[in-house]
Amino acid sequence: MAIESQPAPAAAGLFQTYHPLPGVYDEAQDENGQPRSHWAHFTRSTGRFHWEEWQGRREALRRLRRDFGSADQPGEKRRYYFGPDLDLVPLLISPEEWQRLEGGLRQRAHLFDLVMRDCLGPRRLLAEGALPPALLYANPAFLRPCASLGNQPGPGLSFMACDLVRDTSGRWWVLNDYTRSPHGAGPALQNRLALSRVLPGEFRDAQVRRLAEFFQSQRDMLRGLAPNRQEYPNVVLLTPGPFNAAWPEHVFLARYLGFTLVEGADLTVRDRRVFIKTLEGLQRVEVIFRFLEDSLCDPLELRADSVLGVPGLLEAIRGDQVTVANLPGSAMMEASAWYPFLPSLCRRLLGTDPELPSLETWWCGQPEGMAHTLERLDTHVVRPAFPGLPHRVIWPQNLTADRRKKLVRSIQENPYQYCCQAILKTATAPSLAEGRLEPREYVLRVFMTAARGDWTVMPGGIVQLLDQEEDTGVPIPSGVTKDTWIVSTASVPPVTLLSPAGQIVRLERNPSQVPSRSADNLFWLGRYAERLEDMIRVYRCVLARLADQTGNEMGQELAALARLLVHLDLLPARFQQPASLQSLENEILQRVYQSHTQGTAREVLARLRQLAFFLRDRFSGDTWRILAKLGEEPSTLAKGAQAAQALAYLNQLIVHLAAFSGMEMENMTRGHGWRFLDIGRRLERAINAVTLAQAGLSAEDAYSSPLEAMLEIADSSMTYRRRYFAQPQWLPVLDLLLADETNPRALAFQLAALKEHLQQLPREGHQALPEVRQIELLVELLAGAGLEGMVEARQNAGGSELAEFLPRLAAGLRDISNTLTHRYFSHANTQVN
Amino acid sequence: MRFHLSHRTEYVYETDVSVSHHLLRLTPFNHGRQRCLEHQLFFDPQPKSVHSHLDYYGNESVFVTLEGVHRRWRITADSVVECWPANHPAPADTPPCEQIAGLLAASALADDRAAVEFLHASPLIACRKEYAEYAQVSCAPGRPVLEAASELTRRVFTDFQFDPKATHVATPVDQVFRERRGVCQDFAQLQIACLRSAGIPALYVSGYLETQPPPGQPKLVGADASHAWVAFYCPGHGWIELDPTNNVLPSDRHVSVARGRDFGDVSPVRGVIVGGGNHILNVSVDVLRCDHHAV
Repeated sequence: MAIESQPAPAAAGLFQTYHPLPGVYDEAQDENGQPRSHWAHFTRSTGRFHWEEWQGRREALRRLRRDFGSADQPGEKRRYYFGPDLDLVPLLISPEEWQRLEGGLRQRAHLFDLVMRDCLGPRRLLAEGALPPALLYANPAFLRPCASLGNQPGPGLSFMACDLVRDTSGRWWVLNDYTRSPHGAGPALQNRLALSRVLPGEFRDAQVRRLAEFFQSQRDMLRGLAPNRQEYPNVVLLTPGPFNAAWPEHVFLARYLGFTLVEGADLTVRDRRVFIKTLEGLQRVEVIFRFLEDSLCDPLELRADSVLGVPGLLEAIRGDQVTVANLPGSAMMEASAWYPFLPSLCRRLLGTDPELPSLETWWCGQPEGMAHTLERLDTHVVRPAFPGLPHRVIWPQNLTADRRKKLVRSIQENPYQYCCQAILKTATAPSLAEGRLEPREYVLRVFMTAARGDWTVMPGGIVQLLDQEEDTGVPIPSGVTKDTWIVSTASVPPVTLLSPAGQIVRLERNPSQVPSRSADNLFWLGRYAERLEDMIRVYRCVLARLADQTGNEMGQELAALARLLVHLDLLPARFQQPASLQSLENEILQRVYQSHTQGTAREVLARLRQLAFFLRDRFSGDTWRILAKLGEEPSTLAKGAQAAQALAYLNQLIVHLAAFSGMEMENMTRGHGWRFLDIGRRLERAINAVTLAQAGLSAEDAYSSPLEAMLEIADSSMTYRRRYFAQPQWLPVLDLLLADETNPRALAFQLAALKEHLQQLPREGHQALPEVRQIELLVELLAGAGLEGMVEARQNAGGSELAEFLPRLAAGLRDISNTLTHRYFSHANTQVN
Repeated sequence: MRFHLSHRTEYVYETDVSVSHHLLRLTPFNHGRQRCLEHQLFFDPQPKSVHSHLDYYGNESVFVTLEGVHRRWRITADSVVECWPANHPAPADTPPCEQIAGLLAASALADDRAAVEFLHASPLIACRKEYAEYAQVSCAPGRPVLEAASELTRRVFTDFQFDPKATHVATPVDQVFRERRGVCQDFAQLQIACLRSAGIPALYVSGYLETQPPPGQPKLVGADASHAWVAFYCPGHGWIELDPTNNVLPSDRHVSVARGRDFGDVSPVRGVIVGGGNHILNVSVDVLRCDHHAV
């Protein structure tokens, strides 16, 4: 008997209701509405999915990408430049088609390398009349100081990318070339890592070609570029830094390829050699994988108004002491003005026609190009002919008559700056929408890397789906990407890519290659984390008492506490005198919540987050998630916040801070990086202990004692009570805060830890470091102080020994901080003149 | 005419400098009316490394790295240069202004082809309609280019006022054109902008000019300064120099040190230092006529 059940999904599921646009080439379906053969597996397999199944996998995908750190992190406002969303439906390409594309792309990369090395070297093409001179001379990216670098033995281009589009008849065209430092290879790999986990069966059945070999070739290629042919050269990835939109990709690639991530300030040129400034001193760098703009590479010879680069870098290249990939100056090839000349260049240099055409382009720098452009403004787009020009792509048909006239005038006055291209209607690919698949226009970015005298194409790429701008219909990136699956006929060896590092056998690099800049940031991260924690304990101490108070006047205890805070510089001086509870509460709330006033908890938190951001490449995903939690907005903001809510917020911060310390204690390798983080923390805690003792002495009066609060702030109340079963007294409290080596909050404990750290730091020769001696002096000072005598003298005769002793401790700690800064972080500001 | 040149640059820093890199373009180059007979650089303190190469425009560029803490650095460039009077063509023998670009485009001669580069805008010198219009008064169609360019030189000399307070090293040509005042660097860049906008290739020349003391007074040491002027390209005759600051055709009292598209390509001393705080820069130049027998 047939049992009635839920209607089974149709065999092709969402694909059955997928209807591409008539007359437009679609990736998944042919003109008869049949799935193309290389999609058959995928269509059949996903055809079994209910809509709920799609939704579930989409959710899983989002979660995974958050874990990989490829999607936007919560609390981070900046949009990642490739868009945070990944389409669940990949773009599938058949082996035959890919083979054709691959051939065309390898040929193109080869051609671009030859042309570029000639233009940045002997310039034979120009001398022989094979190029219109303006192609170089009007090209702002043709940098004269780089124009001899092509004569160096190293390669010109090592890494290149192209944007491809397919027209409605199914033919591929090159839309853009990226010859400086192509972006997107990292996101392409991240897309793959995530999607292959969410669609494991489909991925396996489609026999998708793996991306790992490409990166392996790239890594080997870069290592092979060392000028001295060293077997294990030091390769670094040069990034403009965390303010660059592509920074997450730089971090990812550096980790994946096993190269040190550096900023310009980490490198220095000495005697034409490039070195990385580490805690151990200078270490030679042989190869630089560059993700910095050409004109920023060397402030001495290129743009002087930026210090992102490395002064003397061009001289080091000229001296053949370092290889930079790609060669500075390579952006000159990213110009659409080249397109009309590529076929003849290809025939001249390679003896054949280009296999893969560029989008048909006319350059106004030539009379026929200009005429063609001005006649076709209705059906063409006008593009900047060269990189670095102020204007962008212009759609003349959307311009008012007035603006159009202006454009024509501008083209006539600066013909070299403009190109035009026909507006291309592009093919579509299925994309997952709510409850259905819809055909979307897209651009495919593909990547090529030089390898042993030839070029290797990444078997895959990253697809960006296009949207249309609402009022103009101009296609713009939608922020949604797709993975690209190159289907193969043979079975693909079951290499797993589940762990990003899995495929790549890394060289054991010196684990302590910590750039001085990172050590500096880690040191301050440690200090701010501790400062924030201390501050929170202080405010919490007040808020807890406020919540218990009745009436409107401060009690003795609260008044003493307020005075303590005044001496800690955490409350204004007017709270020396008793004030109303309301005013105290308001003040404290402000100091917790206000983020734009210096010294508030949120402000210190913001600094902490900023430092963490600079150091993001050093933290695990988990640690980063905790830091993101720390930065979350409090649920109630200052205006309506009550003491009790503020208390809850502070408690939550303390917990997150503790989690952060825990991660850092348990998960960071005990290299110098961790050591500097902990030195920062210990030093700050030591300073806080001394400051607290000083403030306590000043805050005491005849009626009330701040001792109870001091113990609470120093998180030592429990210890005290267990030991003494009594009201706090000065001597035992000071002993606990300062001299007790077993109390992890005490000064003595910090000094012991600091001494151990400092002894482990890199040094030249075997001489003891002066800062170790400074610590020893403080230890002796503390041990020989005779706290008992000083406290007695103070209580009996108002003796001032104690009040004089504490500042000496404070000064000693400040000196240590200064010595450390001088020795390890002395990358003073660089100036250009 | 033979000159002994001495170009002294001194940096005095407020705080310690640990490393400094400099790029020097202080070597006079050889061309039609000039030979550099001797050239030497002296440093105090001594740098760690000195490397020299010819830059894109053929100027000698010396890359110098000074390591070790220093508060002061002195660079002295001493040269001996022989200069001859320039041979100028008769203005009537030069082609008409409006034909220059076309002649170059059609030419197969290497020099002609190379000159095309200087038709284009450069980082510090844009080509604009305003400049073209200003140039057009002199560069009328049919007028021989040398006659036109000389008149343009005279007009820049008279229309613009020499005023060292009006501009600094980075003043844009735009502002000079608007405010009609500046110094040799500004006039040179402005005239280049006009020539290029009118379709005539022009380049920037840096160097020195021998200054004559007022009659009866001895020449003061250090009174000479760096100077800048212009050269434009005339097919069939090569580069012809013009000095808009003095309204002359440079001859044997102009000593050329470097050439490029604009000041950015020729700056004599460029440096990147680590540390240093504020610094004071002292530059002095002497151009002394040599007694032929003494050399």
